Amino acid sequence: MLRFLVRRVLFGILVLWVVTVVVFAIFFLAPHDPARLIAGRMATPATVAAVRHNLGLDRPVYVQYGSFVWNLLHGNLGYSYYRAQPVTQLLLSRLPVTASLALGAAVLWLLIGVGIGVLAAVRPRSLEDRAATVFALTFYSMPPFLLGLVLLYLLFFRLHLAGVTFFAGGGYTPLTQDPLGWAQHLLLPWITLALVTSVTYIRLTRGSMLDVLGEDYIRTARSKGLGELRVIVVHALRSALAPVVTQFGVDLATLLGGAIVTEQVFGLPGLGQLSVQSVTNQDLPVIIGTVILFAFFIVVANILVDVLYAVLDPRVRLS
Amino acid sequence: MSAALLQVRDLRVTFSTPDGPLQAVRGVDFDLPAGTVMGVVGESGSGKSVTMLTVLGLTQGAQVSGQALFEGRDLLAMSAAEQRKVRGARIAMVFQDPLSSLHPHYRVGWQIAEMIRAHEPVSRAEARRRAVELLAMVGIPQPQRRIDDYPHQFSGGMRQRVMIAMALALRPRLLIADEPTTALDVTVQSQILDLLRRLQAELGMAVIIVTHDLGVIAEMAHEVLVMYAGQVVERAPRRAIYYRPHHPYTRGLLESLPARTGLPGTLPAPGRAGSAQRQRLRPIAGQPPSLIRVPPGCPFHPRCPFVMDVCRREPPRLRPVDVNGSHESACWLPPEAVGLGAEADARRRAAAGSGRIQPAEAGWGAA
Ligand SMILES: Nc1ncnc2c1ncn2[C@@H]1O[C@H](COP(=O)(O)OP(=O)(O)OP(=O)(O)O)[C@@H](O)[C@H]1O
Ligand SMILES: [Mg+2]
Repeated sequence: MLRFLVRRVLFGILVLWVVTVVVFAIFFLAPHDPARLIAGRMATPATVAAVRHNLGLDRPVYVQYGSFVWNLLHGNLGYSYYRAQPVTQLLLSRLPVTASLALGAAVLWLLIGVGIGVLAAVRPRSLEDRAATVFALTFYSMPPFLLGLVLLYLLFFRLHLAGVTFFAGGGYTPLTQDPLGWAQHLLLPWITLALVTSVTYIRLTRGSMLDVLGEDYIRTARSKGLGELRVIVVHALRSALAPVVTQFGVDLATLLGGAIVTEQVFGLPGLGQLSVQSVTNQDLPVIIGTVILFAFFIVVANILVDVLYAVLDPRVRLS
Repeated sequence: MSAALLQVRDLRVTFSTPDGPLQAVRGVDFDLPAGTVMGVVGESGSGKSVTMLTVLGLTQGAQVSGQALFEGRDLLAMSAAEQRKVRGARIAMVFQDPLSSLHPHYRVGWQIAEMIRAHEPVSRAEARRRAVELLAMVGIPQPQRRIDDYPHQFSGGMRQRVMIAMALALRPRLLIADEPTTALDVTVQSQILDLLRRLQAELGMAVIIVTHDLGVIAEMAHEVLVMYAGQVVERAPRRAIYYRPHHPYTRGLLESLPARTGLPGTLPAPGRAGSAQRQRLRPIAGQPPSLIRVPPGCPFHPRCPFVMDVCRREPPRLRPVDVNGSHESACWLPPEAVGLGAEADARRRAAAGSGRIQPAEAGWGAA
C-alpha cells in the first residue's frame, strides 16, 4: 500500500513537471510579446527593452525556465499583467468560490446520482426506474448554461416576482461571513452543475447495482436474514461504488469546464471566471497560474481516488 | 411418529420469462424428520436449487404456491420480517461457490459476526469471540489470526469452511447445503463432506445436501430425493436408492457413475475415488425437457428406454414400490421392476413390452 502510494505520488510529480514544461513552452512561444503588451502601444523600443529586461525575457531560455520553476516551487507565479496583484494572491482569493461551487455540487450530484441510481436498480422496470430514465434523459441533453438560465428564470426571477426571495440571482458571499448567504448564493449554481453531472452517476450506479444485486454474496446476505436495507446499502452499494469512485476522479478533472460556464451564468467570481477573463485579456501569468493550479488539483484528485479505491476494495489494497 | 421438522407440500414455483411461464418446480412434496440427512439429486435444471431457495423465501420474481411447514409454521405464508428471523438463525444455507458467495470486501470474521448480531443482541467483542470459536470448530488453523483475513486470502476448501462456520453460527435446526463441494478440488471435496458429517452428528441438526452427483451423498444421506423436471420422481432410503432404484431416471443416474464404484456390491465412494473415476462415464441420453413446454405424460418419457404407451399420456404420481411405503417412485413400471444390472433391466423391458401391447392394464391400476 505504501509503495503503491509512493509510486502514485512520484507519477503525479512527473505529470506536474511535464505540465510546467508545456506551459512554459506556450508562454515562451506566445505570439504576442508580453513586454510590448505591458509597456503599451505607444512605448518606445527602449521602454519595451527595459520592460523585457525587468521580466527577465532577455535571458537564455533555460535560465528563464529555471527561474520559472524555482519561483513556482516558492509559490511565486509572478504578477498579473492587468491587475496590480501577485498571481498567487489572485488565485487564492478566487479559490474559495470555485471550491465552494465544486464541493457543494459534487456532494449534491453524488447524492442525486447514487440515490436515484440505487432506487432505479432495486426495482428494475418499475415506475421509479422509468422516472429515473426520464430524469436522466432530460438533463443528459441539456447544456449547463441553458439549465442555469432556466433555473435563474424560474427560481430567481419568477419567484422574486411572486415575492419569494430565497434564491440569490448571482454574486458570492464568503462562507465565513454569512453561511446562509453563502448557501443561498450557491444553491442555483450547485443545482445546475449537479443536475447535469448526476445523469452519468444515475446510469452508472443503476448498472453497477444491477450487476452486484445478481451476485452470489447478495444471496448469501439475504440467506443470513439481514434486512433488505442492510443488504442494499452495506452489501450491494459497497461493491457498486467502485466504478462511481473512478468516474468521480474523471469528473473532478473536467469540473473546470462546468465551473467556467456556471460561474459565467451566475456571476461567481471564481477561478473559472478568472481564467475566462485572463484569456480575453491575454494575461499570461494568470493563465499559466490557473493551468498549473488545475493540473495540481487533477493530480491530487486522481491520487485520492486511487487511495479511495484501495480502501474500498481489499483485493486492490492487499495485492 | 413425531412431526417432521420440514414438511413441503405441493410446492410450485413459476418464473415468467420472455418465452412464457417457466415451471421450475412442479408440485414437490417431502418430509424431513429432525436431525436427519436428506440428499437431493438430479441433473442440472431439475429444480433442486429453486426448491431450496423458495423454502428460504429467497426466490425473487416468481409465483410460488404450496406449503413449507417448518416447526409447524408455514414459511411461505409468513411475513417478510418473520421469514428473516428464521433465515440464518433456524435454517441456514451453504452455497456452491464459496468465493463468490462470501462478500469480497469484508473480513470473514466481520461476515460471521454480522450473522450473529443480526439475530442476537450481543456485543461486537462477543460476536467476534464466537466467530473465532466457529472458525476453530470447522477446522481452520490459527482462527485468531485468520479471522481478520478477506475471503480471497483463503483457499477454496478453507473458504467453504468459513461459509459453513457462518451458516452454523446460530446453531440452526436445518442446514441446506446446495452443491457444497461442486466448486472444490476432488481432494478437498471429501474433507468438506467429512466435516459436514461430523458437524451434523455433533450438533444434531437436519441437513439437506443438494447435488447432481449421487456419489456425494452415498455415505451421508438417510433418505434421497431424486428430482427431474421440477418434480420428485423417486424417494427412498439411501440403500434402496443405490441397490434397488425403481425409476429409469434414477437407474440412469447410477449407471452414469463410474463403473468400478457405481455398480451393485460397492457403494460409490464420495471424493475418495480419483478424479478420473468420478467423471461421468455414461450420461443419460437426451436432454431434460423444456420447463416452458413440459411434455404430456411422464416428463422423462422422451428419454426413457422402457417407455410405454401410458407414459406418453398420463403423468405418473409418486407411489410406494415396497411394502412399508418408505420407497416411492413416479413411474408406470410395476413395483417389482427395481434394481440395477442386466437382470433388472430385463424385468423392466418385459414389463414395458406388455405395457405397450395392453396399455389399459399397465401401471398401477392393476397393482
Ligand atoms: N430467476 C429465475 N428466472 C427464470 N428461470 C429460473 C430462475 N431461477 C431458476 N430458473 C430456472 O429454473 C430451472 C431450475 O433451476 P435450478 O437452479 O433449481 O436447477 P438445479 O436443479 O439447481 O440445477 P443445477 O444443478 O444446475 O444447480 C432452470 O431451468 C432454471 O433455468
Ligand atoms: Mg442448483
